[in-house]
Amino acid sequence: MNAQIVLILGQDGMTNGAIYALLALSILLVFSITRVLFIPQGEFVVFGALTMAAMQTGKPVRVIWLLAAFALVAVLADVWIRYRRHGRVRFTAGDVCALLYPFALALLLRVLPLAQLPIAVQALLTLAILVPLGPHIYRLFYQRIAEASVLMLMIVSIALHMALVGLGLFIFGPEGARTTPFVDYPVQVGGVSLNSQALLIVAIAVLLIVAMHQLFERTVYGKALRAVAFNRLGARLMGISPVLTGKAAFFVAALIGTLSGIVIAPLTTLYFDSGFLISLKGFVGAMIGGLVSYPIAAAGAVAVGLIEAFAAFWASPYKEIIVFTLVIPVLLWRSVTSHHLEEEE
Amino acid sequence: MWLNKSLAAMTLLVGGAICALPVWAQVKIGVISSSSGPTALVGIPQKNTVALLPKKIGDLSVDYISLDDASDPTASVTAFKKLIAEDKVDAVIGPSGSPNSIGVIQFAAESGTPMLAPVGTAAVVLPMTEQKKWVFKTTQNDDLIARALVEHMVKTNVKTVGFIGLNDPYGENWSRVFSALAKDHGIQVTASERYQRADSSVTGQALKLLAAKPDAILVAAPGGPSVLPETTLYDLGYKGKFYQTHGAALPDFLKLGGKKVEGTILAASLMLVLPEIPESNRSKKVAGDYIDAYQKLYGVKPATFGANVYDAGLLLQRAVPLAEQAGKPGTPAFRSALRDALESTHDLVGTQGVFNMTAADHSGFDERGCVLITVKDGNWVRIK
Repeated sequence: MNAQIVLILGQDGMTNGAIYALLALSILLVFSITRVLFIPQGEFVVFGALTMAAMQTGKPVRVIWLLAAFALVAVLADVWIRYRRHGRVRFTAGDVCALLYPFALALLLRVLPLAQLPIAVQALLTLAILVPLGPHIYRLFYQRIAEASVLMLMIVSIALHMALVGLGLFIFGPEGARTTPFVDYPVQVGGVSLNSQALLIVAIAVLLIVAMHQLFERTVYGKALRAVAFNRLGARLMGISPVLTGKAAFFVAALIGTLSGIVIAPLTTLYFDSGFLISLKGFVGAMIGGLVSYPIAAAGAVAVGLIEAFAAFWASPYKEIIVFTLVIPVLLWRSVTSHHLEEEE
Repeated sequence: MWLNKSLAAMTLLVGGAICALPVWAQVKIGVISSSSGPTALVGIPQKNTVALLPKKIGDLSVDYISLDDASDPTASVTAFKKLIAEDKVDAVIGPSGSPNSIGVIQFAAESGTPMLAPVGTAAVVLPMTEQKKWVFKTTQNDDLIARALVEHMVKTNVKTVGFIGLNDPYGENWSRVFSALAKDHGIQVTASERYQRADSSVTGQALKLLAAKPDAILVAAPGGPSVLPETTLYDLGYKGKFYQTHGAALPDFLKLGGKKVEGTILAASLMLVLPEIPESNRSKKVAGDYIDAYQKLYGVKPATFGANVYDAGLLLQRAVPLAEQAGKPGTPAFRSALRDALESTHDLVGTQGVFNMTAADHSGFDERGCVLITVKDGNWVRIK
C-alpha cells in the first residue's frame, strides 16, 4: 500500500462515487417531490449505456419503440379521461406532439449514419430517446396513485423495475456492452496515469450538481419543485400542479440516469441487469442523507464509492458485504440523533 | 332436452374413444435453462438448442418441456419440482448455472430422475455421493481444463500465478482445483482475489494482483464478466501472460476485450477453432453438424454452452433404447435404467469430445475434450 495505490484506488472510488452521488441526488429529488422510491433509476443508466453501444455497433436502436409504446398509451389514457369527463374525444396539441415525437425520432435514427456520428451527437440522440421515458413513466404508473402510501408507491417501483429489466433483456439482448471513450488522453499525476474518462465523469457530476443547485435556487420551476417537496398540500393551494412537478421530477431523474449511463459506458461493461446494483448504492447514499439532505446524500454516495474501492483492494470477497453493512450503523446513528416528522400516512 | 342428452352421450362416446386410442409411447424430457436474468448469455443458446435435440429415439417420440429459471436458483428448484411432479419427466437437462444445478441435485436424487447438467463446475459430480449418482455433466470438468492450462504454464516457464475469480461456485471451485494442481507442479499462487459478476470496477483487486508481480494471471469467470479483470490489468500496465478458463470461450469475450485481450491463453472446446481441427478428430463432424443446424435455424453461430445441451441429447439418444428394455417411459424402473445406461455410456462422440462414463466419473471427458487456444488478431487460434 503506497501513495500510488492510494491514488489509483482514490480515482476509482471517486469515479464510481460521482455516479452514485448523481443517482442518490435524483432518487432524493424524486422521493421528496413525489414520495416515490424510484428503484428503476438504475435501468436508465443501463439503457443509456446500451443505447449508445447499439448506435456505435450499428445495431438497430429498438428502444425507440418502447418510447413510442409508452407515448401511445399515455396519450390514450389522457384522451380517455377527458372523454369520461367531457363526453367527447379530443386530442390536444401536446398529445399530437407526444405521439409524433417518437416516430419522427425513429425516422431520424433510420436515416442518420449512427455509427459514424461524433460521440456528442450520439449522446444527444440517446438522451432524446430515453429522457422522455421519465415523464411517461410518471404519467402511466404513478400519476393516478400519487396520493397512495409510500409503501404502495414503492411496490409499484419494484414491479416497474422488474418489468424494465425484462424489457431490457428483450430489447438489448443478454450481451454486455462497452462504448468508445469520449476522451482518451492519459493524465500524469505523481507518476500515475489517470484515466481521462474518469476525470470527465467527475467533472460532469460536479457540473450537474451545480446546475441542479442553480435550478432550485434561481428558477421559478425549481422553487416550485422545492415548495412541493417542502409541503405538498401548501404548494397545491398556491397553484402548483402536482402532475407537472411529478413529471418534472421524473424528467430530471431520467436525464441524470441516462447521462450517467452514457458517461460510464466506456469504463465498464454493462449488462441489461447491471442497473439495480448501481442504483442500490445510490440508495445507500440517499439513505445516509436520511432521504432529506442533498449535500449529505452526495457525500454519502461518494463515501460508498471510496469504501467500495478500498474494500475491493483489502478484502475482495467481502466487498459488497462491507458496503451494505455500512448502512446499519448509519441508520442507527440517524435514528438516535434525528427526531422524525411524519408528514402523512 | 333431447338435444342436450344426445350431446352429452356424444361427448362421452368421443371422450371414450380418445381414451381408448393406443397412446404413442413417449419419453418426456424436461429442460431448465436460464434464458433470462444474469446468466442469459449462457441460457439462451441452450434454450435455442432444444429445437435441435432428437425428436424421436428408436420408436419412442420425445417430448421436451422447456422452462426458464431466470437465473434464480430458487426458481430452478421450483421448475425442477414442477417437471417431476406435474409433467412426470423421465430426465432433466439443465439448469444452466452452477449454483442452480447444485440446488436441484437433492430433488433429482429423491425422485430418482437422471439429470444432465450443462454447467461448468465439477462440484455437481465430484466428489461422487449417493445423491450425485443421478447427475451427469456434459461439460469438461474444471480439473481437465486446469490441467491443460497448468501444463502450458510449466512448459512456458511460468513460476508464479495470480488468481482472480468470481465470488460464486464457479470461481470457488476453480480456485480450489487450480491451487492444488499448481502446487503439484511447483507453481506458486501469489495472490487470490474475488470479484462480483455485476462489479463495474475491479481496480482494487487488480492492484493487489499487480503488487504480487506474478508471471501470469488466471481469470476464472463464465461469460462476459471474464473480460473486466483482464482489461483493467492491461490498463494498469500489467505485462505478464493472461490465462482464461473455458468460461471465457465466447464471441463476446473478443468483442468486449478487443485489442486488450490479444494473446490470452485458454483451454476450451474445439468448437472455437473447428476449421483448424484435423479430420481425424471424430468430434469435428458432430460439432460441425451442430453448428450448421443451429446457424440454419437462428442465423448465428451457437456458443459452446448450447453444444453442452446438444451433447445431453446425444447421451440420451444412446441411453434411452437401453432403458426401454427395463420398463415403460414414465415409470421409476425406466428412469433408474436410464441412469444406469447413462453411466455405462462408452465411446460416445459428442461435440466437445468423447464421453466415457464410469460410476466414479459422470463427466466422462478425457484430454480429447479440450484444446489450447489463444487470441490472435481478434480471433481464436489453436496453439500447436
